[in-house]
Amino acid sequence: MKNTITKTIAKYHKDKTRLMDILIDTQEELGYIPKEAISQIAEDLHMSEVDVEQTISFYHFFSFQPTGKYSIYLNNSVVAVMMGRKEVASTFEQELGIKFGQVTADGLAGLFETSCIGMNDQEPAAIINNMVFTRLTPFRVKEIVRDIKEGKPVVDMFRASFGDGKNASELIRSVVSNNIRKIGPVLDPFYKPGEAIKKIIKMKPEEVIEEIKRSSIRGRGGAGFPTGLKWEFCRKIEADKKYIFCNADEGEPGTFKDRVILTELPRLIMEGMVVAGYAVGATEGILYIRFEYKYLERYLENILQKAREKNYLGKDIGGKKGFNFDIRIQFGAGAYVCGEESALIESAEGKRGEPRDRPPFPVRRGYFDMPTVVNNVETLCSAVKVILNGGEWYKSFGTTESTGTKLLSISGDCRFPGVYEVDWGFSINDMLEMVGAVNSEVQAVQVGGPSGALIGPNEFNRILGYEDLATGGSLIIFGKHRDLLTDVVLNFTEFFIEESCGSCSTCRIVPTILMKKLKKILNARGVAQDIEDMTEWGKILRASRCGLGQTAANPILSSIKNFRHLYEEKVQKNKTFDSGFDLNAAVLESCEATNRIPNI
Amino acid sequence: MSKPIVATTSLAGCFGCHMSVLDIDDRILELIELVEFNKSPINDIKKFTKKCDIGLIEGGCANSENVHVLKDFREHCKILISLGECAIMGGLPAMRNGIPVRECLEEAYLNGLTVAGNTGKIIPNDPELPMLLDKVYPCHEVVKIDYFLPGCPPRADLIWDALVALITGDEMKLPYEVIKFD
Amino acid sequence: MNKVVKIDIDGLECIANSDQYIIEAARENGIYIPTLCNYPGVKPKGGCRICTVRVNGKQMTACTTPVSDGMRIENNTEELINLRKSIVELLLVEGNHFCPSCEKSGNCELQALAYRFGIMAPRFPYLFPVRKVDASHPKIIKDQNRCILCKRCIRAITDEKGRSVFAYRRRSSRVEVVVDSKLGKQLTDELAQKAMDVCPVGSILVKEKGFITPIGERKYDKNPIGSDIENITITKR
Repeated sequence: MKNTITKTIAKYHKDKTRLMDILIDTQEELGYIPKEAISQIAEDLHMSEVDVEQTISFYHFFSFQPTGKYSIYLNNSVVAVMMGRKEVASTFEQELGIKFGQVTADGLAGLFETSCIGMNDQEPAAIINNMVFTRLTPFRVKEIVRDIKEGKPVVDMFRASFGDGKNASELIRSVVSNNIRKIGPVLDPFYKPGEAIKKIIKMKPEEVIEEIKRSSIRGRGGAGFPTGLKWEFCRKIEADKKYIFCNADEGEPGTFKDRVILTELPRLIMEGMVVAGYAVGATEGILYIRFEYKYLERYLENILQKAREKNYLGKDIGGKKGFNFDIRIQFGAGAYVCGEESALIESAEGKRGEPRDRPPFPVRRGYFDMPTVVNNVETLCSAVKVILNGGEWYKSFGTTESTGTKLLSISGDCRFPGVYEVDWGFSINDMLEMVGAVNSEVQAVQVGGPSGALIGPNEFNRILGYEDLATGGSLIIFGKHRDLLTDVVLNFTEFFIEESCGSCSTCRIVPTILMKKLKKILNARGVAQDIEDMTEWGKILRASRCGLGQTAANPILSSIKNFRHLYEEKVQKNKTFDSGFDLNAAVLESCEATNRIPNI
Repeated sequence: MSKPIVATTSLAGCFGCHMSVLDIDDRILELIELVEFNKSPINDIKKFTKKCDIGLIEGGCANSENVHVLKDFREHCKILISLGECAIMGGLPAMRNGIPVRECLEEAYLNGLTVAGNTGKIIPNDPELPMLLDKVYPCHEVVKIDYFLPGCPPRADLIWDALVALITGDEMKLPYEVIKFD
Repeated sequence: MNKVVKIDIDGLECIANSDQYIIEAARENGIYIPTLCNYPGVKPKGGCRICTVRVNGKQMTACTTPVSDGMRIENNTEELINLRKSIVELLLVEGNHFCPSCEKSGNCELQALAYRFGIMAPRFPYLFPVRKVDASHPKIIKDQNRCILCKRCIRAITDEKGRSVFAYRRRSSRVEVVVDSKLGKQLTDELAQKAMDVCPVGSILVKEKGFITPIGERKYDKNPIGSDIENITITKR
C-alpha cells in the first residue's frame, strides 16, 4: 500500500492543492482511505492528519472504511422515489443481506444512499464502482447482485445495449441515455470544433468581450450574471495568472443537461473555455466535473489530448503567438455545495468545498487568489455560438431580458423526460404540452430544483426567463396522485440538510428545525402556529453565506406560499397549541428495558 | 378582590429553585400578604383544591409522573412559569439525554461501581413506579409554558420581581445582573 | 493603499481606514456589532452570521466585509437584532449547553450574547445531539457538547510548522471540530491556554484548572458583552 500511495503523491508532485486528486486515486486503488494512507499523505504534504481528514470527511464518496469490492450508491432523489426506488432499494437489501450504510461481511459489496446523480430522466439509478446503472427494477437488481456474487467486472454486468449517441463509444460504454428531445443552437449536432478559435485569434480580446456583451447572455447556472461583464471585469484586473473554470458540477436535483453536453459536445465546452481564456487573458482552464460523471473520464481525457494534438489547446493556439491555454479536469467527490463558484474553487484547491466570504469575488481573487472566471457549461457553449454567429443573431432568440436559448432537464410525471433546448420565454403550459404531460393531471411543477419554486396550475402561464421564472433548467413535474408534502417537500428538505457544508450556523441548524416542524404537521400534531413559525424561521436562512444556505428553506417556504391548503388540511383545527409530545412513544424504550407494559 | 393563588412543584429538579423562592428573605412575609398558596411543597398541600392563577414549575420531565403532574398544573393554572434551567432545558438530569435509557438503567442498577446487594440483578419494574422517558424534556416541549425564569437557581430577586409584576400587572424590571443561566 | 474613508452606521458618521473590516471600524468608533466567530488577529470567516448588518440595503457579515467610502450600514435595527437573537437561540438548542456545569460560565460569549439580548428561553426545540467529550489529550479537553463550530481554534492554533491542530470533520449537522491526535499530544502549555482563550464557549478547556475566578465575578456577570466598546470615549468620530 505504501508504494501505491507514494506513487500517487508523486504523480501530483507532492502538491497539497491536488489533495482531491490524491484522495480520489487512493480511494479508487484501495476502495477506501485507510489510516496509514492518511498518515503518509499528511507527512508528505506537510499537513496535519486532521487537516487531511477534514477534506476526506467532507465528500460523500470518500470513506474511512472499506466500501466493498462493489460499492453501490443508489440515488434517493424525489424522482427516483417516484419511479419505484423503494422496491429497488429493498431488493438490494434483501439480495445482499445488508442495510444501507453497510458492507457485506465478506467485504464483497457495500450499499449506500446518494443524492441526485443526474439521471432523473432514467430513474431509479445507481452508481456501482463509478459506472451508472439506470432504470433499475427489482428484477434487474437481482441480476446485478447475482453478477456481483459471481465476481463479474462491472462493465460486463450490463445486459441492455449501451445508451444512445456517444454513450456507446469505446471509451464510455455506458447504458445512460441522452434523451435529447429538442435541439437548438447549442445542441446543434452539426457543430464544427475549432471554428470559433480560428475566428477569435483574428480578433482582439476586447472585441470578443464586446461580442459577448452584445449578445446579452447571462450565466446559465441560475444566478444569471451577465457573462460579458464578468469577462470584462476579469480582463481588466492585472495579474500574473488568470484562470477559467467550467462548472460541470451540476448537482441541483433534477438537472442533467450538462451530462448530455459533456457526452455529446465536449469539444464545444472546451472551445468555450478557450474562447473565455483568450478574452480574459487566462492561460489555464479547469473543467470541474461532479464525481457522479466519472464514467466519462477516459473519454474526456482523450478528447483533451486530441485537442492538444490539433493545437486547439497548448502553446500558440491556432498559430497565434503567445496564445497559450490548456485545460485540466478536476473531479469532485460528492458535494452539492461545490456547485457554488467559490466552493468549487476551494474544492479544486484540495480543500473542503466551503463557499468563501464575498467580497472578494472570484473574478478578483479566485483560484490561488488569482482572477478567475467561473462559468456554467451551457454558458461557455452558448458563448461559442455567439462568437460564430454574432451577438445580434443570438439576441434573435428568447426575450429582451433573457436572450438566447435554455437547456431544460425535464423529469417526473411526463411521457418524454429528457433534455430540451428552448427559447427563453417558453411558458410552463407549453413545456407541459411539449413533454407529453396532460395538463389536467399535473399538480405542480418544481422549477429550478429544490432551491427554486414549487408552482401550481394557476401559475402555469408563467414563462421561463430571468424576468419571471429564473432557472438553471431543472423542471420536475408532479402528477395529481403525488403527496407533495411527504414525497417532495420532505425529501428536498432532507437533501438540503445533508448537503450543507456546515460552516454557517443558519444553514447548519435551521433546516433541521424546520424538518421537525414539518414532520409534526405530517404526524397530524401540527397547529396553525406551526405554519407561521416555519414561514418566520425560514427567513433566518437569508443570512447564510451562499445560495445553498439562503435557499435551503425554499421547498417549505415555496410550498407554504403556493400550496398552503395542503398544510392547513393537516393542522388541528380545534387546538391553538400542541407541543407534539407523545407520552406513549416516550416511555417505550424504558418499558422495553425493564420488561414493563406501559400503563398510562 | 381575592388574592391571586400560586401553586408550585418540583419535577426532575433538586429543589434548588424552591430554595431560591425562600431566598427572597423577609419579602416572604410580603408575599404571603400578596398571594395565597395552593398545591405546593412549601405548604405541603398535595392536591389542587381550586383553580390557581400562577403555577411555578421547577425541573423538567424525566418520567411519566412528571408529565402527569405538569399536565395537572397546566389544567389548574392560568399562567405557568418554567422556573430554572431544568424546567427550561432539562438541566443536569438532561445530561443523560445522549445515553440510551437501557444503558442508564443498567449503569444505575447493575453495572455501576456503587451498585451493591442487587443479587437478583433486577432493574426495578413495579407497575407502581413511574416510567422513565426516553430523554428529559423541557417543560415547554410537553405543555404550553407562559414565562421562563432562567438560572440555576434563578436569582431570588428575579423570582420576586417576576411574581410582583405578574400580580400587580406592572412591567417586569429585568436588571442585567438578575438574569443568569448559572 | 490605506486611506481614510467615511462610513455611516445607523445614521452616525464614522471615520475608518479603507483596510478595515466593518466590524473593526465600528469598534473603533465605539459601536459594538455582536459576533461569535470573529476574533481580533485571526483571519475572519463569516460563520456564525451574528454580525450580519445591512450594507447599502444588502445583508452582509460585518466581520468579512471591508469598508468603503460612503457605505451606509444598518446595525441596530429591529430586524437585525431579531436575526441575531434567533442565531444565538439556534446555537443554544444545537448543542448541549448546560451553563451551571461549565467552567466558562460567566466568561462565555454565547451566554453573554444571550444575556445581552435578554433571552429567557430559546424559541426553537432543543435538539439534544449525542456528542462526545474528548479528554485523550494531555493538556486540553475538547467537549463537543458545547462546541458552536465557529472555527476560531481552527484558524488561530497551528504548530510551529504551520499545521492545523484543530479541524472540521464531516459536514451538515454532523460537522464537528476535532483535535489532531498527534499534534494534540504535543500541544505546549502556551498553545493550550491560547486555544482555551480563543474558544468563545467552554468547548476547549485546559486540564487541571478551573473556577479560579468564582461565579459572580466573571467577565460578563455584571456588564454586558460589548459594553467595553460602547463605553470608550470616541475621539475618532
